[in-house]
Amino acid sequence: MAPRSPAPGLRRKHLRRRLRTLGFLSPWLVGFTVFFGYPLVATVYFSFMHYNQIRAPSFVGLRNWKYVLGQMPLFGPALWNTLWLVVVMVTLRVVFGLGVGLLVTRLTSGVGLFRTAFYLPCLAPPVAATVAFVFLLNPGTGPVDEALSALGVTAPRWFNDPDWAKPSLVLLSLWGVGDLMVVFMAALLDVPREQYEAAELDGAGALAKFRYVTWPSITPVVMFAVVTGVVQTMQYYTQALVAGKLASGVNTGPGSTVQPGYPDHSTLTVPQLIYSLGFQNFNTGAACVLSLVLFVIAMAVTSLLMRRRAGLLTAED
Amino acid sequence: MPRSRRRLPPTVLLPLLMIAGLLLPGCANPGAGSAADDPTRPVTLRFWHGWSEKREVKAIDDSLARFHRLHPNIRVKTTGNVTDATVNQALRAGGGAAPDVVSSFTTNNVGQYCSSGMWVDLDPFLAKSGVDKTAVFPRTLLDYSAYEGRQCALPLLADAYGMYYNLDAFEKAGVSRAPRTLSELKETAVKLTERAADGSYRQLGFMPNLRLYQNSVDRFFAQWGPRYFDDKGKSALAREPATKRFLTTQRDLVTALGGYGPLETFRATFGEEMSSQNAFLTGKLAMHMDGEWRGLMLAKAAPGFRWATAPMPVPDDRADTYGRGYLTGTVAGIAHSSKHQNAAWELVKFLTTDTDQVVAFANAIHNVPSTNAALASPRLDADPAFQTFLRIARDPRSTGMPPSVNGGQYIVTFQDFAYDVEAGKVRDLDKGLRALDRQIDDDNLQSAT
Repeated sequence: MAPRSPAPGLRRKHLRRRLRTLGFLSPWLVGFTVFFGYPLVATVYFSFMHYNQIRAPSFVGLRNWKYVLGQMPLFGPALWNTLWLVVVMVTLRVVFGLGVGLLVTRLTSGVGLFRTAFYLPCLAPPVAATVAFVFLLNPGTGPVDEALSALGVTAPRWFNDPDWAKPSLVLLSLWGVGDLMVVFMAALLDVPREQYEAAELDGAGALAKFRYVTWPSITPVVMFAVVTGVVQTMQYYTQALVAGKLASGVNTGPGSTVQPGYPDHSTLTVPQLIYSLGFQNFNTGAACVLSLVLFVIAMAVTSLLMRRRAGLLTAED
Repeated sequence: MPRSRRRLPPTVLLPLLMIAGLLLPGCANPGAGSAADDPTRPVTLRFWHGWSEKREVKAIDDSLARFHRLHPNIRVKTTGNVTDATVNQALRAGGGAAPDVVSSFTTNNVGQYCSSGMWVDLDPFLAKSGVDKTAVFPRTLLDYSAYEGRQCALPLLADAYGMYYNLDAFEKAGVSRAPRTLSELKETAVKLTERAADGSYRQLGFMPNLRLYQNSVDRFFAQWGPRYFDDKGKSALAREPATKRFLTTQRDLVTALGGYGPLETFRATFGEEMSSQNAFLTGKLAMHMDGEWRGLMLAKAAPGFRWATAPMPVPDDRADTYGRGYLTGTVAGIAHSSKHQNAAWELVKFLTTDTDQVVAFANAIHNVPSTNAALASPRLDADPAFQTFLRIARDPRSTGMPPSVNGGQYIVTFQDFAYDVEAGKVRDLDKGLRALDRQIDDDNLQSAT
């Protein structure tokens, strides 16, 4: 038997309720559609098109996908560099940020000075911070190299050496770890004192207190730091580009085209490649393919982390 | 029985409609321009260029004042220090503030400008004005400002590449003249190289590494007069015998001067190219390849040594071609979105073909003039260092880079390969060159419509 249709009055009530709900949701819906839904749909659409942003797009099937995944030699290095940075940079930033947070919360004097010292680099704009860092590490003339030389240590060529360029970027990111320090400090200061006292009564040492009291309490914040760190590092662009430009020493004025990734593509990341393809070569289709690849990887890694989070955290978290 | 039709709930329908609505304008192109304007009517043109120094901006302003005397109805608003990336974005985005006339400091992107339709074809305007481009411009300059028969840009001054050398260092080493062949370059460079007690370089005769300043493959390779593409537009580097000779010669120079690693370590100590810490200015290099503009910078910086200029050496088996060099330069064109293309053409024509203007502008900013008449003008700067570059520009064997559908991507790809060769990472050069050709062809195919 077919279900009875609701009375007209009830239908109007349902419709009103839906419209009201929609009204409340509309700010989010508009934002989601304009800033996420539309760009995503457009990116998928253009990934199957030849489009130079002047002439109308023309359908090319899987040509862009085949090109990016099979014929473009820079895709491999760019993906490798991005994933390398995700793993190494995020891990070290979290470990270092947590370490500094622990140190600062345990200090009994000079806390303000240390907090300021660790947080100040975060306030420097990324470009200025990178310029300063490349200057500090400049082989031959940089103060760091001169100091190392005075100690009898031969410094590496830092941003000029393909083997050292990525670790140098990691050093730069650790220099600006103050933002994470603040987040961890807030979490660490939030751990109930009575739990530490109970642990002490049970004879727990410093390590045991960290393992059984601190760590379970701050896990949600650690996961937050890891997830946001992964997403940020997947979009890593400015520092790598500026460092490469500066270290290469070539003129970057009008007329010169900066090829990202100096030296030997060791600092080339996927976002830089997307920019290069999309806005230097106007290869919009291929740039869209790369964007989608990056999006899928970011989603996969984030989902994986969130699943791990479910296992790590308790219902209360 | 009639099927009941399920309606999409508003929560799904609304976002779908919004996405569809947004996609439509997203597919649209920036507004199309027009050549239906009357160039004698009052109009204001927007001119974007890359010059930024005070002296250069003054030269542009003086040029526009001369233009205004000839065309009092055309006002020109300029925007300086504009990069190719900015021009590219502006012309793709369109809008009322987009430029009418644009110039670029590099010829690398001309192929892209022409093939994409971003800069309009100037041949109809040339024909309308009765300008015979082959008579006005040197062939090499015309070649690098057109793509597949589409003359979408015209040369607006040129850059020629040659050698700067330190006369004091030459005298000290007992060398009487600049090297003319690559064997002589190697010999002289070794002779001029001075090392400290710990083995580090105090002065290097010549830096052969391709990452130094203007030392790119295209500039060096020009000394062989190479062919990059065959008649069908396919990459021909593996089939061009000069490619292998060039790469092995460059590697030979690297080895003779101390090896790739030590040279790169020394290069990393050099200051920025356009600063007073430039390695030639600070005496770290005794010989150096650079463009004609460097002469003015050297004169201004007044380094503590005497210097001179010469053409870059040529391969030993082509010693008779000594005097040639690499040519590139600034180009000017009309934006596809300009609604005043006839008025814009009057400005482009004046800037690029008027002999008095070209000579005056070349003298003012110390660049090589880009027309045959201007190159022969007695009013050109008589400075002997500058005259070297004028001779290089006049030399019919001097070459530029052929424009390509995806701009300078093939040069970048070639350059990346050359970096691997100079670092000793390429074991089989023939195989590597074949792969290089395939890569360039793949990239070009990807960019083709």
